[in-house]
Amino acid sequence: MKKIRALAATGNISSGFREETLVRSVEQGAHFIGCDAGTTDSGPYYLGSGNARGPRDGTKRNLRIMIREGLKAGIPVIVGSAGHAGGKPHLDWTLEIVRELAKENGWHFKLAAIDSEIPKETLANAYLQGQITPLYPAPPLDENLIRQATRFVAMMGIEPIQCALKSGAQVIVAGRCSDVAIYAALPVLEGIPKQVAFHAGKILECGSAAVAQRFYPDCMAAELDQDGFTIEPPNPDFRCTPQSVAAHTLYENADPHHLVESGGTVDTTDARYEALSDRAVRVTGAQFVEAEKYTVKIEGAALAGYRSIVVAGIRDPLVIRQLDSYLSGLRAVLERKIADSLKLSREEYTLQFRVYGANATMGPLEPCPQVEGHEVGLVIDVVASTQAFASDILPIVWHTGLHHPIPEYEGLVSNLAFPFSPPGADMGPVYRFCANHVWHLDDPCAPFRTTFENL
Amino acid sequence: MRELWQFTKLIRSKNAGPFELTFDIMFKDEASFRKVINSGKLSAELIAQLYKVERKQVRFFVIEPLLTIKISIPRPVFSGDVNDTDVYGGQFHGPIVKLQVETS
Repeated sequence: MKKIRALAATGNISSGFREETLVRSVEQGAHFIGCDAGTTDSGPYYLGSGNARGPRDGTKRNLRIMIREGLKAGIPVIVGSAGHAGGKPHLDWTLEIVRELAKENGWHFKLAAIDSEIPKETLANAYLQGQITPLYPAPPLDENLIRQATRFVAMMGIEPIQCALKSGAQVIVAGRCSDVAIYAALPVLEGIPKQVAFHAGKILECGSAAVAQRFYPDCMAAELDQDGFTIEPPNPDFRCTPQSVAAHTLYENADPHHLVESGGTVDTTDARYEALSDRAVRVTGAQFVEAEKYTVKIEGAALAGYRSIVVAGIRDPLVIRQLDSYLSGLRAVLERKIADSLKLSREEYTLQFRVYGANATMGPLEPCPQVEGHEVGLVIDVVASTQAFASDILPIVWHTGLHHPIPEYEGLVSNLAFPFSPPGADMGPVYRFCANHVWHLDDPCAPFRTTFENL
Repeated sequence: MRELWQFTKLIRSKNAGPFELTFDIMFKDEASFRKVINSGKLSAELIAQLYKVERKQVRFFVIEPLLTIKISIPRPVFSGDVNDTDVYGGQFHGPIVKLQVETS
């Protein structure tokens, strides 16, 4: 009976792994090396801006070890969600590193690049044809909002990766990609049932996160067969327990038993987790329910403005005890000054006082918004339609705030403690996620464009 | 007078994608798990009230084999929006940590 050994280099390529762990695990007979490089967890900035989340040198170090060992063993290397957000610029950023590595090390291999960025016109047409439907909850989306947004990607399932594997690619760099698909693509191609491959993929996708105690990020490995899989960390310092593996299926999922993927849902309600040793766990019993219609998830980012911020501390107990009225009084003065000097009305920018020590972490949901400590941290957050406007508003805000009076004192006061000079900084563009939708497809590979390169 | 954290080995909130938040409450042992479940204090109603969502928007899962309660809600503000306060959603569990489970 055929067995497939899957190796996850780490949970996210930027977090790294121990070289000796990966080398050992490949030597033990891995059939492929996978690694996820992205997430939407860090917010919409990366997708919107096109900037990759580095560090570049760390990513290059990790890719060097993965590709070197993959080529040595003659097994494919699969990287998903390149450059963090999986758009075209993120894919190009990663491909440049791979090409550099090939050149520097004299490596020759077939490289596949799978582009998952969706041109806005293509998506607008799909929307008009009724192929785009919302998940819950979802921001509003229509053909005009699609055209006004900055960038969209579609999240690929296993199929585009399988096509690249069938074409003999040794290194596959995929744009936005389901984490699970990185690890399920090759096993399913080799005849492993989907319920086994997808469930194993879910456990592998965070690397060593499914161990009992993760001392540092590292590799994870699983052996898949027709009936289930055995998961065992290749690092001898780590161990998996039935509890640690089962608990990982909860992580970052809204529903603990149903994991929705392109093409179907993994149902782990009846999954069983048994200890094979003090560090290996056997997992069986998941189901894969095929979807009636194949869909891929769409992610999009739209520009929301440009941000400038000031950080300040407040230590005077008299200011702190009337902080709400102090800030609302300051806001009124600021709105007038900004209107007078910059000709900007209140609708043209947002001004937020984020008060650490009161309710900055939870905002309006904070059940105890009153200040109890002896000092508060204040982040003044300005978002305007251009960076120039936000940058111009900022000095008005911090200078006015610095000297804004309280009734108890006469004479000029300085009520804000700025740790930095200059007190503020421009944060650049602000994006918002503008789609939580799926695209109904006849061909799972249709939105994705694969190009091959012989390095 | 024991609080929720005293029965657990982990209380966490986290994004489940940019549009949902999920809370994982993992208990120390079977007795702690039963005690909290039977107290009825940690409920979908409480979460709806604390996080200002409708009761029907709260998904409440009791996962017996893992001695875990998992609760998922729509995110009050989508991750990274202009007025979001916690991009990863990792600190929204704060108000339930000191939930009074036993009143005597």
